[in-house]
Amino acid sequence: MPPITRTYVKTALVYLVLALMGGVFVTLRPVAQLVPWIAAFTPLYFHFFMVGWVTQLIMGIAYWMFPRKSKQQPRGSERLAWAAYWLLNLGLVLRLVAEPALTLTPLALWSWLLILSATLQWLGGACFVANTWPRVKEK
Amino acid sequence: MPRLSVWFVRASLIYLMVGFTLGALLLANKGVFLHPLVWRLLPAHIELLLMGWVVLLALGVAFWILPRWQTKRGNEKPAWAALLLINLGLWCVIAAAWLPGYDDLLWWGRSLEALGVAAFAFHAWPRVKPWVEG
Ligand code: HEM
Repeated sequence: MPPITRTYVKTALVYLVLALMGGVFVTLRPVAQLVPWIAAFTPLYFHFFMVGWVTQLIMGIAYWMFPRKSKQQPRGSERLAWAAYWLLNLGLVLRLVAEPALTLTPLALWSWLLILSATLQWLGGACFVANTWPRVKEK
Repeated sequence: MPRLSVWFVRASLIYLMVGFTLGALLLANKGVFLHPLVWRLLPAHIELLLMGWVVLLALGVAFWILPRWQTKRGNEKPAWAALLLINLGLWCVIAAAWLPGYDDLLWWGRSLEALGVAAFAFHAWPRVKPWVEG
């Protein structure tokens, strides 16, 4: 298993645990009605599961297992694979901060961080697709 | 990778990109209000990423790596039908959110998707076996 894949898979496992902890946290809503921003964690915990865990695991395993691109570059570009990793995860962590924060205090800073988070995640997805596309072919 | 898997996986990568684009628009719109219609993208966002990205990728890879009979993958027709039906269904579900007059569209979309995954299960069932029979 290449080092990039190990990093992807371990990070994905962390998100899986965090997502399920988020799921527990969200069930506290009826108990802790005084904390309205708990509701803001519902889309977050769901995206930690689907983006942080499912999508990230797929990205790591695809990098490892998909057909080879060429003899010189069997797994495509290592730099693109790392770029996808950092962009996606930076974007997700920013979302974790900015989305609940915005429901607490409507600061312009949170709005812009949310836009930055959206852009980083999108770029991460684009790097993964660009690197994976040429490997999806008949042998 | 066999030709059918190439189609499944390429479709799933395209849906990943479109789904992420809609997600990014939705998220940016929560930060700075862009347009009232942006929230109408939510059903398409969900459909593209759950059915388009995750399900199509899983089926494409399954068709590729499940055990074979020497080089044969058994009856491939239902798997090709699955690709067609799921894609058609997915677009019906997405269109339903934008065409309020066509109430049946959501029903048709979900039915086509269900039929599609059933066809794939029918193809894959006998392939879930040990590598070496006997
Ligand atoms: C595999 C990837 C993804 C899947 C399966 C997915 C699925 C979903 C689902 C089911 C919802 C509805 C959740 C709810 O109403 O609570 C949702 C909402 C949303 N998604 Fe995603 N999503 C994915 C990736 C993304 C990405 C990458 C972004 C941003 C860059 C994003 C942004 C959003 C936003 C802003 C909402 C609305 C949240 C709200 O209700 O306030 N999603 N998504």
